[in-house]
Amino acid sequence: MTAVAPSPSRLPDATSPPAAGTVPDSAFEPLIIGFTCNWCSYRAADLAGTARIKYPPNVRLIRLMCSGRLDPTFVLKAFAAGADAVVMTGCWPADCHYRIQNVKALRRYELLTRVLEELGIEPVRFQRVYASAAEGQRLANEFERIVDEVRALGPLGWERDIVALPAPEPEEVAT
Amino acid sequence: MIAPDRRHRFAMYGAASCGGCDISVLNLHEAILDLADRFEIVLWPTVMDAKYDDLAAMPDRSIDLTLFSGGIRNDENEELARLLRRKSAILVAFGSCATEGCIPGLANLRSVDELVATAFEGPTTDNPDHVRPMTRWPAPEGELHLPAMGRLVRTLDQVVAVDYRVPGCPPETERIAEVIGLLGAALDGKAPLPPTGAVLGAGQSTVCDECRRDRGIKRIARFERIQDLASIDPGLCLLEQGLPCNGPATRSGCAAKCPLAGAPCIGCYGPADGVVDFGARLMSAFASVVDASEPGQIDRILDGLPDPVGQFYRFSLAGSLLRGARVTRTAPPEPVEPVLAGATQGADS
Repeated sequence: MTAVAPSPSRLPDATSPPAAGTVPDSAFEPLIIGFTCNWCSYRAADLAGTARIKYPPNVRLIRLMCSGRLDPTFVLKAFAAGADAVVMTGCWPADCHYRIQNVKALRRYELLTRVLEELGIEPVRFQRVYASAAEGQRLANEFERIVDEVRALGPLGWERDIVALPAPEPEEVAT
Repeated sequence: MIAPDRRHRFAMYGAASCGGCDISVLNLHEAILDLADRFEIVLWPTVMDAKYDDLAAMPDRSIDLTLFSGGIRNDENEELARLLRRKSAILVAFGSCATEGCIPGLANLRSVDELVATAFEGPTTDNPDHVRPMTRWPAPEGELHLPAMGRLVRTLDQVVAVDYRVPGCPPETERIAEVIGLLGAALDGKAPLPPTGAVLGAGQSTVCDECRRDRGIKRIARFERIQDLASIDPGLCLLEQGLPCNGPATRSGCAAKCPLAGAPCIGCYGPADGVVDFGARLMSAFASVVDASEPGQIDRILDGLPDPVGQFYRFSLAGSLLRGARVTRTAPPEPVEPVLAGATQGADS
């Protein structure tokens, strides 16, 4: 089961997002990690694929069983590893396959957004989108909007500016 | 008494730290004599005179055990971290600063310019000549060199390989005695060395696991500040009473001293086993128990946590996944007018 098959030539390089200042803004293609729920938004993305609805290839989808599975660690790790934005997608309120886990996800989202803002990551870079399994078009539209917004904002560059420090050589304890 | 030539060589060094870890070791009281009996102390600037040149002249790996406290704030810290790594057979990241950055790591929320401006021209500092720290200064006796601050406070293991970690701000003295006993026995060949990378002097579980307060179903309709409460239920979980207690993410090992005394855990023992990012685990725990389902209600409850990064990363920012804040502001902050005591009385703070 695949979501959409974007043309490979348009894919930005996953391992090295463009560095700020090294490319003109028009050439900047954001790298966005989208977390999807198995029961709704992943199926919406799948529907978009089978219906041949196009959306930008910048969004890389990771399927979870529920948006409630989205540990804030995943989001922080995505940013630390070079993502320019993260999108949390899930079921509409009251539609959760696991009753109220999408509400817990909403609370984590609200709390994490506050922390990210204090750390200098704009709200545009961490968004949430509701999409039922029937809303392939809506999901594609939302992804398109988010990609445009992040492209306008420019690269985040966390990995390059903050995390990329020389790693120590591993060494065993001498006995 | 072990013959002097049979003794192991011991060093303790503090980089960007407050010295509390050294004091916690000295708090061993008479057990410090065991340390002095078992080890020859070759470097410990807090308790005896030492020169970096003497350290540099020692053969590589000639120090059997080095306890390194403090984070890496400037290039002197980094130089000593590399030097001690080379000279030590076992290098222990000792205390919260060395393992995860601790309070000094919160400086990673600001640029170096802002930090220096606040320290040298803050509201309580008279500095009409705008004196700033220099890394070189021509003194009559010759040029002086002073350490330069790095952009970020780093943990020891972000700079050199570390053999063991001892968490805590500071580590509890009883646990220090255990660690020194364990590593001393291993150096004597009487016990195996723990696996490289192990966390020593602490448990694997969380503070909640050691806390004897009753835990029920948590539903938090409002976060409280401890000073606003008339009384605290002595037997009930503090988080259930609305106090932001960091116990759910914090490593056990302190015997839950703070929560059992009625003060919420602040997380000084760092992340429990299996926790990648302390703040993320704690955010997850807190968000799960907020008793609201609408964005507006959720926001109102979360407003009770006025300083999220301070709450979730008080000790662990430098060692967290993001390590600090993206600093977009490079200009020094506007000087803040000092607020006189009493001026805010009556205002809802």
